[in-house]
Amino acid sequence: MADENGKVAVQTGLVFPGGSSLSEVERAVPSDEPPPWPLNAELSVVGKPFPRLDGPLKVTGAATYTADVRLPGMLHARVIRSPHPHARVKNIDVTAAERHPAARAVHVLEHMRGGAKLRDPKQETPSKFPIVRYVGQPIAAIAAATPADAEEVMRLVKVDYEVLPFVVDLEEARKPDAPRVFPGATEQPATAGGGGAVPNVPQQGNVRGPTKTGPLGPPRGDVEKGFEEAEITVENTFRTAVQTHSALETHGVVADWKPEVLTVYASTQGTSTVRDELAEVFGLPKGKIRVVTEFMGGGFGSKFGIGNFGVLAVHLSKKASAPVRLMLDRKEEHVNGGNRPSSVQRLRVGAKKDGSLTAIHLTSWGTGGTATGAGAGNVAKNMYACPNILIEESDVFTNAGPAAAFRAPGHPQGAFALEQVIDELAEKLGMDPLALRDKIDIDEDLGGRNVDSAARRMERKIGSQKFDWARRKPAGSDRGPVKRGLGVAQSIWYRFIDLDASCEVRLLRDGTVEVLSAVQDIGTGIRTALAQVVAEELGLQPKDITVRVGDTAFPAGVPSGGSRTTGSITPAARNAAHEVRRRFLADVAASMGARPEALSLKGGKVLLGDDGGRGIPFRSAAAKLKTEQITASRSRAHDYGGFAPGRPGMNMGIGGFGGVQFAEVTVDTETGIIKVERVVAVHDCGRPINPLALESQINGGILQGISYALYENRVLDRRAGVQLNPNFEQYKVLGAREVPAIEVLLLEEYQGRSSTDAGGIGEPATVPTAAALANAVYNATGVRMTELPMTPARVLTALAAARKGAQ
Amino acid sequence: MSNDGQNHADRRSLREKDDDEDGSDVALPGASLRLSRRRFLAGTGLTAATTAVLEACKPAAVGGAGGKGAEVAGPGQVPVTLQVNGKERTVSLEPRATLAEVLRTDLGMTGTKVVCDRGACSACTVWLDGTPVCSCMTFAMDAVGRAITTVEGLSSGGALHPVQQAFVEHDAAQCGFCTPGMVMSCAALLQRNPRPTLDDVRTATSGNLCRCGTYPKVFEATLAAARRGSGGSSGAKGS
Ligand code: FES
Ligand code: FES
Repeated sequence: MADENGKVAVQTGLVFPGGSSLSEVERAVPSDEPPPWPLNAELSVVGKPFPRLDGPLKVTGAATYTADVRLPGMLHARVIRSPHPHARVKNIDVTAAERHPAARAVHVLEHMRGGAKLRDPKQETPSKFPIVRYVGQPIAAIAAATPADAEEVMRLVKVDYEVLPFVVDLEEARKPDAPRVFPGATEQPATAGGGGAVPNVPQQGNVRGPTKTGPLGPPRGDVEKGFEEAEITVENTFRTAVQTHSALETHGVVADWKPEVLTVYASTQGTSTVRDELAEVFGLPKGKIRVVTEFMGGGFGSKFGIGNFGVLAVHLSKKASAPVRLMLDRKEEHVNGGNRPSSVQRLRVGAKKDGSLTAIHLTSWGTGGTATGAGAGNVAKNMYACPNILIEESDVFTNAGPAAAFRAPGHPQGAFALEQVIDELAEKLGMDPLALRDKIDIDEDLGGRNVDSAARRMERKIGSQKFDWARRKPAGSDRGPVKRGLGVAQSIWYRFIDLDASCEVRLLRDGTVEVLSAVQDIGTGIRTALAQVVAEELGLQPKDITVRVGDTAFPAGVPSGGSRTTGSITPAARNAAHEVRRRFLADVAASMGARPEALSLKGGKVLLGDDGGRGIPFRSAAAKLKTEQITASRSRAHDYGGFAPGRPGMNMGIGGFGGVQFAEVTVDTETGIIKVERVVAVHDCGRPINPLALESQINGGILQGISYALYENRVLDRRAGVQLNPNFEQYKVLGAREVPAIEVLLLEEYQGRSSTDAGGIGEPATVPTAAALANAVYNATGVRMTELPMTPARVLTALAAARKGAQ
Repeated sequence: MSNDGQNHADRRSLREKDDDEDGSDVALPGASLRLSRRRFLAGTGLTAATTAVLEACKPAAVGGAGGKGAEVAGPGQVPVTLQVNGKERTVSLEPRATLAEVLRTDLGMTGTKVVCDRGACSACTVWLDGTPVCSCMTFAMDAVGRAITTVEGLSSGGALHPVQQAFVEHDAAQCGFCTPGMVMSCAALLQRNPRPTLDDVRTATSGNLCRCGTYPKVFEATLAAARRGSGGSSGAKGS
């Protein structure tokens, strides 16, 4: 950490529609950091809504995505995939394929990337080729001159399989005598694209786990004792389905192998993760690899690293000495593109009559196919104050495509269970669900801290007013067949920071200002946010800034996952701009007959003092630069005051990002159809940079949450292991007709932890939606929906079961 | 199941139904594939592919394509002239090529996106004689003689179409991959109904999938463009 120049006073706290609650704290700010910004109200471009700078390119079709990259002589690749869910590849005959006149290269995959690995590789079934563990697993790839040629050539690759027993059903896979997906215990190492599984966890058959944890690692307190102390206990079992990311642009690359440099255009959330994995796989120095992501069509957590498809494409390009395009098709994307694991969660919560919690015990299992990542316990671990918490999570392997991080991994599942149990607890206690949360959603210190409870308290308050929560009636009050219900649920997320986040800012003599970073814009609008931050520092407008991102030729960029991009990269941009500003003013001061300290940058001018009249235009001032350009490059510094203790290696900042969502639904008890009428979402994400883009992202989180809650379900044929709905007709994703009225309220939450104090919104916006809907459905009908998606058939079944039970 | 089974069964089921006799087509030589496709083109007509088609995005209706007397083209490359955004473009294509493929691959016009390649997402929406169609479900040959308008042709003289302008102002594009299709659907709506209701916009975009969940802003933007009176103003109706 850079040397500190002592303490600086910063304002922290909340600014919300109609008020604020702020206080001043002292923070140790390193001497090379600019002074903290005041509140957004006192800034000119940061915190104001700006249309994205790349909007015109997107609406005219001029934006170039990886899928659109066309290079001279570019070949088209197809992947040969296993039709079997579990098999040993005996032989691969590529001679006919190679003989096809249009074939340019063939490559057989040597190692499988992604998913879990045997702890002891010697336990692997003896085989020359990687063992097949799911339908659609890549075997080889070919490249040919045209897409049509590639299709013909791929059909000529002949693969002999020895078919092995398999299992795709979660409960079947848990049985001791189930076919083994892996012949031994497994590990899932962390990759460039994300964290792996907790190491050295016991594994019985296909069941890896349980890992037993609490809020900061080990279980907290003693849940047995906690339940003994409880005056009331609520318990239920919840189930959630596998969801596929279904980004509209599929995974894919255009790989261009040249002896001097390997260039890979990739649809990725992490240009640096792709470069790092390429360096590792191909033994190249990072300096010989360039990864470019100019525009990308969505990833939602699934697009990190090079992937098997990327490795194949690079091999093909190398063999053919030509650029190779390899984009997955829609079916491949559903099967191979990653997914959110399923979950079964047995949740038990004990409380005193006053609402205070005495015990939380969650036992969960789920399947991420051949990958780990099915844990659903983080919400139960971290949301509410409770002295006794035990979370037991297991992964169950099945012969299905590997899971990948998906927008707040584990959290929508976990919230669906916990927030319904809290709802039920409130009802049993005769408390309003918001009043109960006011009681238990508190910062506490029992060896760790809940995060963000102060913001959520305010969010409950202003959200309930906006939503008119007071009109909520007791569950099942409506008499007619169509019943209306209101529900609420909360979000929790964390301040992940990546220190590998750098920006270069350049000022040229003609007044051009450029920001350069390898960071990629995955649709969140980071381009525009960077322009705003730099414009603020230099007294300009966002449109005056040229932003170049998504290219590893520029300074290292943070991978966009875990809602960490804005919080990691904008301080680097501001700090670089601040340095450019300092040197710029030093250059022009003499010609203005002033000392640099007397100058300021505002409204596109260099001003002497604060006198707006006596300035010279920015561009004229730039013409006085002593050299053609001023360049400064900066990286993200540590948080002021350091990261959260107790979470080593995670760079987790103190505090968090959360939100509260209110949902109004109608349930047609004759058809079972749930209609979401309205959602009020109140969120915080540090200092908002561009409220317009934030609102879009929150809309998106809510709509993905509704889609998850009501429609999405990957269906595998248990007798063939094949996905039955790898398309957009039968894999149902929410469309225009299912969009409710959404109102977004955004808090400004100042924490004084970096030079921009910004945070992210991607994950927290989608965490509570399914839970809020389920609570609203309960309020409408008096019946708990414990399984996602809440399809009409499931609603009717639950209603019928409730009627039967009541008789 | 054959070892290519994962990749193209779907596509074939829509476009090459009669290739699928026994599922053991791994080593089918190209020639017999072409024969099958020709049979398909000449015999089955496009209506076989229309079952999964959504409102406001239908494959082009083809006059006289079904039944006897249909002209047989191919199986090799056939020169055709398409009228794209008011310009004549001559390309040599296989009769099986979709309009989306020809636009993106042969003409290098990548504004039109392909997402599902089977009529389920409307990302590939273009206009034929002013009517939105899914270009992934339309054979390029069936677009001959019709005015094709793509997202690249919607703006005129450097000025954005009012719907495009409103999309920018209202932040109606996040990742932007659905956006060209959305824009084409919404601009077509205003062309035929300059005063749409929110419900009309929902209906017009009901086939347009957006995974980023940008719909609220799409609705907002389209209604704003309508209020500004964009309907038909810069209509690139085959211009
Ligand atoms: S409808 Fe044509 S690509 Fe989806
Ligand atoms: S903006 Fe990303 S799919 Fe619509």
